[in-house]
Amino acid sequence: MKKASIIMIIGSLLLLGLFKFPLWNIMLGAPQYPDPLGMNIYIDGIKGVSEFDLQNIDGLNHYIGMKTIPKADEMWEFSMFPKVIFGMAMLGVIIGLLGYFEKVSYKYFLGWFLFMSVLGILGMYDFNNWLVDYGGNLDPHAIIKVTNADGTPMSYKPPLIGFKKLLNFDVTSLPHTGGYLMFIGMSLTLVAFWLGRKTSLNKKT
Amino acid sequence: MKNLLTSSIAMFVILLGFTSCNNGNKSGSKSGALASNIAEKVYVAPGEYDSHYAFLSGGYSGNVTVYGLPSGRMFKEIPVFSQFPTSGYGYSEETKPMLNTSHGFIPWGDAHHPDISQSKGELDGRWLFINENNTPRIARLSLTTFETEEIIEVPNSAGNHSSSFVTENTEYVVAGTRFSVPIPQRDMPIKDYKGNFQGALSFISVAPETGNMDIKFQVLMPGFNYDLSHPGRGKSHGWFFFTTYNTEEANTLLEVNASQNDKDFIAAINWKKIEEYVNNGGGTMMPANYAHNVYDEHTHTATSTMKKEVRVVNPIEVPGAVYFIPTPKSPHGCDVDPSGEYIVGNGKLSANLTVHSFTKMLDAIENKKFAGEAYGIPILNFEDVLAGVVEQPGLGPLHTEFDGKGNAYTTFFISSEVVKWKLGTWEVVDRKPTYYSVGHLTIPGGNSGKPQGKYMFAMNKITKDRYLPTGPEMEHSAQLYDISGDKMELLLDFPTHGEPHYAAAMEAGIIKAQSQKIYKLADNKHPYAAKSDADTKVVRDGKNVHIYLTTIRSHFSPDNIEGIKVGDKVYFHVTNLEQDFDVPHGFAVIGQNNSELLVMPGQTKTSVWEPKQVGVWPFYCTDFCSALHQEMQGYIRVSAANSDTPIKWSLGEDIE
Repeated sequence: MKKASIIMIIGSLLLLGLFKFPLWNIMLGAPQYPDPLGMNIYIDGIKGVSEFDLQNIDGLNHYIGMKTIPKADEMWEFSMFPKVIFGMAMLGVIIGLLGYFEKVSYKYFLGWFLFMSVLGILGMYDFNNWLVDYGGNLDPHAIIKVTNADGTPMSYKPPLIGFKKLLNFDVTSLPHTGGYLMFIGMSLTLVAFWLGRKTSLNKKT
Repeated sequence: MKNLLTSSIAMFVILLGFTSCNNGNKSGSKSGALASNIAEKVYVAPGEYDSHYAFLSGGYSGNVTVYGLPSGRMFKEIPVFSQFPTSGYGYSEETKPMLNTSHGFIPWGDAHHPDISQSKGELDGRWLFINENNTPRIARLSLTTFETEEIIEVPNSAGNHSSSFVTENTEYVVAGTRFSVPIPQRDMPIKDYKGNFQGALSFISVAPETGNMDIKFQVLMPGFNYDLSHPGRGKSHGWFFFTTYNTEEANTLLEVNASQNDKDFIAAINWKKIEEYVNNGGGTMMPANYAHNVYDEHTHTATSTMKKEVRVVNPIEVPGAVYFIPTPKSPHGCDVDPSGEYIVGNGKLSANLTVHSFTKMLDAIENKKFAGEAYGIPILNFEDVLAGVVEQPGLGPLHTEFDGKGNAYTTFFISSEVVKWKLGTWEVVDRKPTYYSVGHLTIPGGNSGKPQGKYMFAMNKITKDRYLPTGPEMEHSAQLYDISGDKMELLLDFPTHGEPHYAAAMEAGIIKAQSQKIYKLADNKHPYAAKSDADTKVVRDGKNVHIYLTTIRSHFSPDNIEGIKVGDKVYFHVTNLEQDFDVPHGFAVIGQNNSELLVMPGQTKTSVWEPKQVGVWPFYCTDFCSALHQEMQGYIRVSAANSDTPIKWSLGEDIE
């Protein structure tokens, strides 16, 4: 159980990587942009991959009437996410410590994982909602208006994950270092659960 | 046993057959398979990069052109000494001072010998230096922005030809005079040349961090013609070598009168010794008048300062600093091998190539074995200093470079060829024709302690070429050779711009990585910059009207301007607000007696317009900047001189 608890603590602490590394990354390449433009999505705001990328993405998007990329203070998520992540990391550490001193059972590890997964899915749902609005809520006076075959305005929503072709742009959306650290951390808490369960079963037999 | 012998002989004969077959292939050029093999060597597939940068002197275009090797593709022309309407260099208010001299504004120059800065004898890719021959100047180009950053005029000089070569750590960029002149300049009979004219060899210090140039001292030499020069390196670091011709000191019909002496000189200058002498207060400050022009990357503006004195050194007053090495027949190139031991004098009227030994030179100096003196400067014995002679290599040797593997490559103008020979044994190992009449050649890093082998290119002096004909006047041509094997292999003919007198080349890595993409708007310190739409305005100051104009895809702000009058002097200060790579905007207004402006992201440039007619005149963006480029236009209203139309401007709404 000690080993499992340590893994639980390490797993939870990996969440803190999100304060240093981006959660997600969206890259936009095009014939005119052999070096793609890109945005790194952190839990506390969006930054350009290169210094002026956000400004340049906004500059291009004004043609098709997209809103500018939100600043950190324009979305409640960017003040809430750091709190949630920090809270969950601390909660995980506390559960781990309690586990270490045999105060709680390994089942709490799974409980933390499930809670974190629910929060994660809510986060992704919220992120996707923003993408839908960002890609579809267009200025009616846009310089260039592109419609789908059925006459509805084309949406420029970037993919939540994976690749999509948007006009001349190749858009790739994938988790970044912070995101991967979070996934590894969450997996470790599952490992902790499994290990805790195994030790506990061994003890019983 | 006998069988073994016969079969061995048979094998040998067969092998011989293979070898001669190979030889046959090599000499019988252009067989199909071989030609395609060569094509592969110069083919840089779309999307791939050349392995080397080459910076070619633009000769009488006054500029520098940037090429890729091995493709021979020209990437860019960098304006240096000549006005360049493409970008507005020399036309915009910011860059006009770059072309200021003691003779006033000069729109043209004759660019000669580029050289890349060095650290510890290796190319460091920071700056490119190049000399202007006609109105003596040295320019320094940034290899980060690929722009001319500084030009310094060289006083007391005329025909700034034995220039602009840098010492091992870029302590100095050196500029020698081809034409000797009265120093100081004065009204005197030309026939009194001999003994009265002098030749100034200028040592221009280069600040290690900024690259800023300053004439540290000028050595006032006898009135010969100082043709080319090269720095000592390695063991000979601290010395500089200049070829001379016209040691006869003729002042007329030089083609005959300056070709009489059997030997002219290579002047060996111990600059470290003179530097020490100068640092201890040696030499004299002499009144002078020369321009020092510096372009500031942050104000995007050049300033021209007239300097009023220069330190001159009489070589006789610094014992042991200057010697003459006799060298046959009007030598042109003066080239030092990577080790610093051999100094090659390319006697252009000589049948042989003379190589001097630095070690022997020091020995002769130490033992005071002098053959005489010229104007108080000791002359060494030819035989004492001679390292060796390349016998009958060709006709009209001009210039030699080195591959760092013990080989030297010399151009021969008259016999139109490049000859490869071995240092030390002086044997000729290969020769290849050029098309036609080669001047200089370049090996990447060939003027450094560490040549970067593989390629060599030969720049031709006459314009006859092997391309489709284009009338009496043509561009020049160069040949690229692969020198990685024992024999040189001709790979490519490629056209060059102006008459390149030399080129500097290096592996692409350092420069490619540092090449700048934009100028940061936040760092723009131009006094007339408008860094956002809020800063745009039109300000009248008497007859001068300053328009603070911005550009961003795809509009000018403001784009409606009124209140200008005939007789006004209108300054369009155009700031490009873009911060994206490769989004320049251009500016031109109808009837402009000037060039366009091409404004890079983050930059501010100014064009002056003096409207002479009443009307409403359009201006527009000259650089296709976006899908809405054609919409990027504006109107400026010009009223009669005595009208009272108020100054007003707008964007997106009407002027009421």
